Amino acid sequence: MEPTYSSNPDENLQAAEYVEKPESQLKVMWETLRLNKAAVAGLFIIGILALIALTVWLSELMGKQILPYDPNYADMTKSFIKPNAQHWFGTDQLGRDMFSRILDGTKISLFVGVTAVAISLTIGVIFGAIAAYRGGKTDTVIMRLMDMMLAIPSILLAIAFMAALGKGLDKAIIAIGLVSIPEYARIVRGSILSVKENDYVHAAKIMGNKTRRIIYKHILPNVISVIVVRATLGISSAVLDTAALGFLGLGVQPPFAEWGDMLGRARGFIFSAPYTLIFPGIAITITVLAFNLLGDGLRDALDPKSRIK
Amino acid sequence: MSEVLMDIQDLAKHFVVDTNFFGKPVSVLKAVDGVSFSINKGEAFGLVGESGCGKTTLGKILVNLYSPTSGKLFFEGKDLTVLNEGQRRLYCKDIQMIFQDPYASLNPKMTVGDIIAEPILINGLLPKNQVEERVIYLLNCVGLARHQRNRYPHEFSGGQRQRVGIARALAVEPKIIVCDEPVSALDVSIQAQVLNLLGDLKEEFGLTYLFIAHGLNVVKHISDRVGVMYLGKLVEIAPKKELYANPQHPYTQALLSAIPVINPEKKMERIILEGDVPSPINPPAGCRFSSRCFKVQESCKLQEAKLKEVSPGHFVACHLFD
Repeated sequence: MEPTYSSNPDENLQAAEYVEKPESQLKVMWETLRLNKAAVAGLFIIGILALIALTVWLSELMGKQILPYDPNYADMTKSFIKPNAQHWFGTDQLGRDMFSRILDGTKISLFVGVTAVAISLTIGVIFGAIAAYRGGKTDTVIMRLMDMMLAIPSILLAIAFMAALGKGLDKAIIAIGLVSIPEYARIVRGSILSVKENDYVHAAKIMGNKTRRIIYKHILPNVISVIVVRATLGISSAVLDTAALGFLGLGVQPPFAEWGDMLGRARGFIFSAPYTLIFPGIAITITVLAFNLLGDGLRDALDPKSRIK
Repeated sequence: MSEVLMDIQDLAKHFVVDTNFFGKPVSVLKAVDGVSFSINKGEAFGLVGESGCGKTTLGKILVNLYSPTSGKLFFEGKDLTVLNEGQRRLYCKDIQMIFQDPYASLNPKMTVGDIIAEPILINGLLPKNQVEERVIYLLNCVGLARHQRNRYPHEFSGGQRQRVGIARALAVEPKIIVCDEPVSALDVSIQAQVLNLLGDLKEEFGLTYLFIAHGLNVVKHISDRVGVMYLGKLVEIAPKKELYANPQHPYTQALLSAIPVINPEKKMERIILEGDVPSPINPPAGCRFSSRCFKVQESCKLQEAKLKEVSPGHFVACHLFD
């Protein structure tokens, strides 16, 4: 770009008397992300969803009713009311207000999504890092184990875990978390393998760094973007898996509102009362889409080479 | 004779390519196979050879990226090969490396200032408040401006990145720097700049270089003595002037004849070697160069040639001098 520096360093010094402020990586990333309209939309939706979830959760903790109706209160006299001014999304077969139930369900979906990803991320990163760094037999054993898990369809594996663990929200989280460990382990292993052969990692070793510092300071920062992107996309698939388990009646148990569970219980009324399915379906779609959009945007923003100047 | 800084004795690095069912190696790549030479304090020792002859592997053994299969490596009289990982780390700051690919040798997530400061900090060479000053000084030494310390490597050109790599190597005040083809990834015009810079720094800091390159023309500029490698072995070591004026080994003669000449009128006798470099997994019997040598004799295929001193300081491994 600019190989015109004088061989006399003093001249260069005078040419550049001003001192430029360091641009933080995070700021540059944010600037790039902001230019991506789809990612901003995704972030915006996630923000709203998180706000809803937090408000519902906090009001529940304080024992206040913030939703228009009690989401779990059944009144058979009001079942299957079409969407109107009182019940925006109508009522379900038990006369519960759909709008309140969907808002309430946000809490569960986001909570399961984030915690399940946290579980698979932690275990997956540790497995992947050990496999990549140790190599040899350790690598083979860990990765073949991961391959075995990948060979079974994830939802089937989750059902198997649920069968062993029992029903319930906490078990659903564990099942969904365990199922996606191999994806993270593989991604982390692959990225570390490619990064650790870079000369800057060699340079770090030559200058006397300890192994742990090399991993923290030189390898992980260059792998983290891949992990962050994968985790963001992973939340969307965790939300989807939760819904699938709920649909099968294995996740959150009644009367608590969960989108997939709502779909599953209303599927008998698809022709007579389609709104009981449409709105939970839309809620799932929007959430998954928002995380996917953000994930794609993050992937571009975290890659220093694809940054727009 | 000046003081020996680094003495390499019969150093070898073998990589196991394939093992049988019981884990016994069935094919072994002998990247470096018994190399001995010494580097004197304050000199630049050029190491030349084709791709795959083991020169980079040798350099990586010196900086502890590989541990040797056998042989000894004496640094200031101390054998580094017998030290454990923790003891060996104490010598890290004395032996530094400049890498071939300036695009892979700088951590893309760190600013240039942090990259140069890191070796100073982890070796505890300076109190924290003096580090920045030192970084600016080092940047000036390699011809970069002080404000550039806050930039990231991807904002720099190849030549500038190589300068950053040099500054990083200088930061710990090493006694010897292994330069692993530091200019072969750069444009010719930038090559000269970086070579001149390396030469200036050698004077200024009293450095010793092991300068690895794949062409004799690059080495000619900077080296005091030159070693020529072929398939994991040294075939000739000589002072620079002696080697260029009076090459003895047929391989060195062929390499020298391959240097392009500026004058198109001048007729050069070009020695063209037949065939490719044989695989280091299965090198030819006897002298390793015998399969491509234009002066090959019957005896070459029977026995390996050992380095012999043909004139003061000039060693050749060739049966022609038996």
